[in-house]
Amino acid sequence: MLDIITQPFFQRALLAGLGLASVAGPVGCFIVWRRMAYFGETLAHSGLFGVGLGLLLGFSLTLGAAATGIAVALLLVLLKSQRVLATDTLLGILSHSSLALGIVTIGLVTGAAGDHMDLLFGDILTVSWRDVTVVWVGAAVVLLVLGILWRDLIAISVHEDLAQAEGVNVKRVELGFVLLIALMTAISMKIVGLLLITALLVIPAAAARRLSKTPEQMALIAAAIAAISVAAGLLLSAFANMVTGPAIVLSAGSFFVLTLFRRQAS
Amino acid sequence: MLKVTNAILSAREATLVIGGRTILDRVTLDVRPNEIVTIIGPNGAGKSTLVRCLLGLQPLTSGEIVKPKGLRVGYVPQRFPQTPNVPLDVRRLLSLTLKPTEQEIDAALAETGIPHLKTADVARLSGGELQRALLARALLRKPELLVLDEPVQAVDFMGEARMYELISEVRKRHHCGILMVSHDLHMVMAESDHVICLNGHVCCEGGPTTVQQDPEFAKLFGPSAARMIAAYTHHHDHEHDCAHDHHRHDHRH
Repeated sequence: MLDIITQPFFQRALLAGLGLASVAGPVGCFIVWRRMAYFGETLAHSGLFGVGLGLLLGFSLTLGAAATGIAVALLLVLLKSQRVLATDTLLGILSHSSLALGIVTIGLVTGAAGDHMDLLFGDILTVSWRDVTVVWVGAAVVLLVLGILWRDLIAISVHEDLAQAEGVNVKRVELGFVLLIALMTAISMKIVGLLLITALLVIPAAAARRLSKTPEQMALIAAAIAAISVAAGLLLSAFANMVTGPAIVLSAGSFFVLTLFRRQAS
Repeated sequence: MLKVTNAILSAREATLVIGGRTILDRVTLDVRPNEIVTIIGPNGAGKSTLVRCLLGLQPLTSGEIVKPKGLRVGYVPQRFPQTPNVPLDVRRLLSLTLKPTEQEIDAALAETGIPHLKTADVARLSGGELQRALLARALLRKPELLVLDEPVQAVDFMGEARMYELISEVRKRHHCGILMVSHDLHMVMAESDHVICLNGHVCCEGGPTTVQQDPEFAKLFGPSAARMIAAYTHHHDHEHDCAHDHHRHDHRH
């Protein structure tokens, strides 16, 4: 039974999952700090539409998810500055419209009775070496840009007005971050699914908060928790025959519950 | 209204209309070096919005904000998240957008009376400690202008008096102009050089003693407040001279 771990498909799944976890940790911290959980989910949902477009028109699904993610991100930034509606209302509209649009588009290809479980929870056990490469290259780009924006992003996460009054170009940094989330969503969409990506962003970061004293510590701990959750989820799937995606989410969730029993670090 | 001015920050007929509602109506004010200007007014009078406009965080509908290029501004905002999500100690809070040396951090914290809190978690600070940390942060910028939005918010009564004392010391030591927003009438009257009573437009302004006798002031805060202030400032009026009492009663209704 142990030999499942030595199977190439299992190793590819682990590598893709770990690559994703390494960015989900730090990016997720900013999502928690900036209270943007719903925003991340909206981008994930819009990615589904991109996947649908890719299937329909026959181009790369990752490219499709990236394109729609970026389009929705820009639309959101624009609508937000118009101040027509509260941000969460805007997100509610965009999130569910794009989710519905995605499922309808995919339905055009697979037929209305198509099974969308793999889109919601991904199909990490079937990733190819090409998918693994896409995840790692994408992850490297996200981490690089995040490193450049790091100081300014932390300043605006602590207090946006204060950062702006002190010379941080808030609009530019915010736009950069939003594009990062879109890219991050795109590279992970096909592999881990849209429910899992939001979970991997928010849950490890939330669990890390109680264990950290500095922002950097929190980002590293969140990445570690995400990585352990991926590994634990894959093992649960291999040995307890659980569906992989939800097993990863549940591992992260259990981790969070465990941290509640620990005294706050800071 | 042409005035000979050495102001480091001015608003000229600053007007802000959002969604058809006039938030600020032709507000004109000046802050000069070594002067404490206080904006008072009821809730919703546009005090914090005016501060955001003065800092360039909120564009005006019409009118202008004049300040010299490269003016060093230290800002202490009104709202600071009570339970910040970002794990931070005080030292890190002070170096978010600056790279001060350890000595500079120590000096700033000593000046605001919290040298022992350098490694304390920001989330664990009391209201007064947080205000002092934010003030230390503003001082690190070697400000020519200090902007304090409700500096005694969430500070207990004893802490309030000490906080105003500290602000007064800071002015004496750094000779910076201070623009302060407050709804705490007592303390404001004791330390301010110029008081601006705001309710969308400038209702009345002048030295503390002038303002409190203004009928507009009584209208805004009630006659009992005016009498209370009178009693208070009478008690503390050794601080005031009449040099700043240029009462400009040019408001419109």
